[in-house]
Amino acid sequence: MAAGVLTRVTQVLRGPRLVSAVFSCHGQTFSSAAAAVKSTAAARDTAATEKIQNFPLTQPDYFRLSELFTMKDLFEARVHLGHKKGCRHRLMEPYLFGSRLDVDIIDLEQTAEHLQRALNFTAHVAYRGGIILFVSRRRQFGHLVETTAKECGEYAHTRYWKGGLLTNAPIQYSPGVRLPDLIVFFSTLNNVFQQHVGIRDAAKMNIPTVGIVDSNCNPSLITYPVPGNDDTPVAMEMYCRLFKMTVNRAKDKRRQMELLKGISSSV
Amino acid sequence: MAASGCRGVRSILWKYGSCGKSLCVSRSKTALQLPVRQICVSSSLWKKNLAAAGPEKFTQEFINKQVEEFEVGKRHLANMMGEDPETFTQEDIDRSIAYLFPSGLFDKRARPIMKHPEQIFPKQTAVQWDAEGRPFHFLFYTGKQSYYSLLHDLYEKILAIERHQAEMRNKGLYTTDTKQIVLTGSRWLLKEEMEEHLVENISDQDYMRLIQLMERLLSMPYCSLEEEFVLKFRRHLEVQSRKQEIPVIQYDPQGVAFSVADGRRKSAKASITLRDSGSGNVTINGKNYLHYFPVLQDREQLLFPLHFVGTLGRFDIEGSVEGSGHSAQAGALRLAISRALLSFVSEVEVEKMRQAGLLTADPRIKERKKPGQEGARRKFTWKKR
Repeated sequence: MAAGVLTRVTQVLRGPRLVSAVFSCHGQTFSSAAAAVKSTAAARDTAATEKIQNFPLTQPDYFRLSELFTMKDLFEARVHLGHKKGCRHRLMEPYLFGSRLDVDIIDLEQTAEHLQRALNFTAHVAYRGGIILFVSRRRQFGHLVETTAKECGEYAHTRYWKGGLLTNAPIQYSPGVRLPDLIVFFSTLNNVFQQHVGIRDAAKMNIPTVGIVDSNCNPSLITYPVPGNDDTPVAMEMYCRLFKMTVNRAKDKRRQMELLKGISSSV
Repeated sequence: MAASGCRGVRSILWKYGSCGKSLCVSRSKTALQLPVRQICVSSSLWKKNLAAAGPEKFTQEFINKQVEEFEVGKRHLANMMGEDPETFTQEDIDRSIAYLFPSGLFDKRARPIMKHPEQIFPKQTAVQWDAEGRPFHFLFYTGKQSYYSLLHDLYEKILAIERHQAEMRNKGLYTTDTKQIVLTGSRWLLKEEMEEHLVENISDQDYMRLIQLMERLLSMPYCSLEEEFVLKFRRHLEVQSRKQEIPVIQYDPQGVAFSVADGRRKSAKASITLRDSGSGNVTINGKNYLHYFPVLQDREQLLFPLHFVGTLGRFDIEGSVEGSGHSAQAGALRLAISRALLSFVSEVEVEKMRQAGLLTADPRIKERKKPGQEGARRKFTWKKR
């Protein structure tokens, strides 16, 4: 599923360049040597661009995100604490380790795995210049999420979600607007403890989502759920820090690769 | 035939953008025949939906061209009027246009105008994203980016002040009697002014939320750190009493100070001379006020301004009045007396008189009779059948 989503993202981002390459290679009669040289230079350029785009996909942890956190960090940030047994959502039962004194405990081994996958996906999207939207409807952490988004150069939405923001975008904004390529939910519930409208809208518009799901949330429509606590300030600060570091790493890596390509093509 | 079919398929698929894949598809011609449905279309579908298009949009090049034309036209106008094109201001333009194109139209907005295109064409927001489609502002996807970014900055400032307070507490220098921002004589920006400032539409609840957050900032002891930021959202209120026109005190040959003032009420016009002579005589149209106004209420109206200021026996009133009835004449005289009194009284008293309503001209006039009715309000007798 991840590979399928990624290929869709690649096609969206890669389409125009490939088309131009195909049109340049097919049925072109070269009138002079200069034109021939130009076309080979263009071909080399596109090959280098393709390599930049595809090489990170060949390795499992290209951005070395497993160094960013350990299970002990998650434990100390109280990520394993869920809600009470009465608030438990049926679909979260596979992710729960158990319950102690009526409080649900989230399985940190599964959380670590899911978080690794989610951060990896975010890094790849940021590497390819995708738009990431951070969403949270919790008033305590709204400012924190907005600051995180500002610091990594991405976008945030911690306010009242108007109806057609994703599904009716050309009318809500202007025609020709580009929608986010990834939505990260720091809390999947809104202020009345119902599922955030953005999850359903993103699924309708084929936008992949990453979401921190607590023990009272529904993880079904989220592409990369991360079972974890979304109520404690320590946990939220940790998530914000992790996502910020991931996005910044991916963007720095991309800038590095572009520089190398620039150096190698000029040489 | 099969080859032409293949080329047809390839051209169709290239048009729809999936040309990255190598095409080794060999389909028979029959597969190309898609089901065709007869759709009846009426002319109403081809007409442009004018309501849905929204307000007319102008491109930046169009506006730039208009600005150039305006500048050139301004110079031509200055040459026509025989004035220096370099120092031709907007007031000169208005004067020249009123001279060259005299218009008898009642509505000022219907008359010919020549103004800078910025004032004529409504302001439009520019494109909000760069060449790659990434929006410039980090809160673009909320829909109201300037409003929410203002809230974000406000909250940032509140947090900064709280941190400063904590620092002062740690150093042991925390006090509540710090320099406070002076808010008297100013008001918050109205909702319309706020919308203009943010170039965005906000709802009433949004506006109230913003004011609440501002008040919260102002409730903190160290709010003077953000004084200039807060004052950007306050408008100065003009003190009303400064607008009063106070008549000049004149002196007659005996050295007695006097002042002259006029007053009107309904269709009665009055003129008063107030003399600082020490007696309390009141003469209207040559007669004593007891004879001219037999009704007590009218005499009370005359003396009320003096009674209010506390100078009942000090001034001599000499007045002339014409028109309307006795009550309106008394009201006109009262207004004239109050205006004449302004020159003998301090500023504090002037403000007190203004708040008492002594200096406001009563705007009530006889309401016009409407057709289909017997009077202004009285309808004809209603008959059931």
